[in-house]
This record gives sequence, structure tokens and C-alpha cells, in this order.
Amino acid sequence: MSEITPDKILDARGLQCPMPVVKTSQEIKNIEVDQILQVLATDPGSMADIAAWSKSTGNALLSMGKDDGVFVFNIKKVK
Amino acid sequence: MEDTKRCSIVVFSGDMDKQFGAFIIATTAAAMGMETSMFFTFWGLQALKKKGLKTGQGLFGRMLGFMFKDIEGVGPSKMNFGGAGRWMFKKMMKEKGVASLLELRQAAIDLGVQLQPCQMSMDVMEIRREDMIDAVTDPVGAATYVLNAQGADITLFV
Repeated sequence: MSEITPDKILDARGLQCPMPVVKTSQEIKNIEVDQILQVLATDPGSMADIAAWSKSTGNALLSMGKDDGVFVFNIKKVK
Repeated sequence: MEDTKRCSIVVFSGDMDKQFGAFIIATTAAAMGMETSMFFTFWGLQALKKKGLKTGQGLFGRMLGFMFKDIEGVGPSKMNFGGAGRWMFKKMMKEKGVASLLELRQAAIDLGVQLQPCQMSMDVMEIRREDMIDAVTDPVGAATYVLNAQGADITLFV
């Protein structure tokens, strides 16, 4: 898999539901279509919730994974 | 947009825990692209009151004003113990990184959630437009809520 280079990084570590999703929705407004927002979170619920958010808003969740206790999401802005 | 989904929530309760539920779902719905409105009635109106202000004009209204808190003063439905429970919950939530009701209300405003106060409750409880935060819409009635709910994909009564 090729390396993903995010255009913007949102640090939502330490935040609980619903703030990682709320902040993601606000931050995605600051990038252009086809750019990539990377979200860092420590809330385990965000694994399901960021995926649900992406599905609902129609943005593309390119990858999600756990790296050293931090959940990392790469989201491509679709519209 | 034609295909925008909508969420409409009645906030009847003035309990801290229930208001958390209402604001968490409202902010999440708005974040997920839904056009979201919250209709605040009876005790729920406390979420919209300005801080440190006493409401009421007549004797009963002013008595009620002592009970009528703002969003930082509302207590949990169980274990409040005269405010000790509110303090405890706030402390525990802060330690665990949970946003406060005040922060959630601000997020709701930032996300464009409509905060609608109920005109009839305001009249009964002697709460004026100027007793509430600036971000509220003009006061509305039940028909406005019903119309919103008719077109909504999610409706909740909290």
C-alpha cells in the first residue's frame, strides 16, 4: 500500500464522544475536494464513529488503524 | 438541497444528564450533515438561559426563578444531592475529556443547530427573550415543531 500524505492533521487525542466527530466535520471544511484529512484520536468509540460519519457525509475513509495507542484515520474529502 | 436529512429534538428535561444526551445527538447529527433543530420547552429552557440572571416578574415567577438554573447549573436526574452530584459529574467528565454542556451548546451553535425556545413555556414561566442567550431563534410554538418533525428523519423527545 502506498504511503498516504495528509494535507491536514486534526489532533483529537484526549477528546471523548462526540467531539472527534464534531471537530472532523469542522476541519473538513478547511480542505479542498480530493485533499486528505488525517484524524488522530484516543477514544476507542471513534473507530465506529468516524466510519459512520464518513458514510453519512459521503467522504472517503481511505484507512483507519491503531498506532501506538492512537487511532489514525485518513479521510479524503469527496464533496 | 433536496436530499438533506433532518433531525428534530424536543428538549423537555432540565436534567443535566438528559441535556447531555440531547446536545450530544444534536451536535453529532449536525456534524453528519443533518439539518438539526432543538425545541426547548418547560425545564429544558434552562439550557438557553443567560448565566447569573434571575427570571420572573410576579411572586410565583420569581419563586420559580430560584429553581430555574442555566446550562452550567442544571443537576443530574439521580444523585444530585443539592448540587454535590453536579460537581462530581462535572469533575469526572472533565477528567475523562468529555466536553461540558456549555461547550456542546457552543458546538451546536457553530454547527448551525437551530435552538428554538417554546413561547408558551416562556410565558408561563415568565422568561423573556432577553433572559436567553443571543443564539436562540425567535420563540416558536408546537406547530413549528410538528412541521419540523413531519419532514425529519430523526425525532427525539428528551
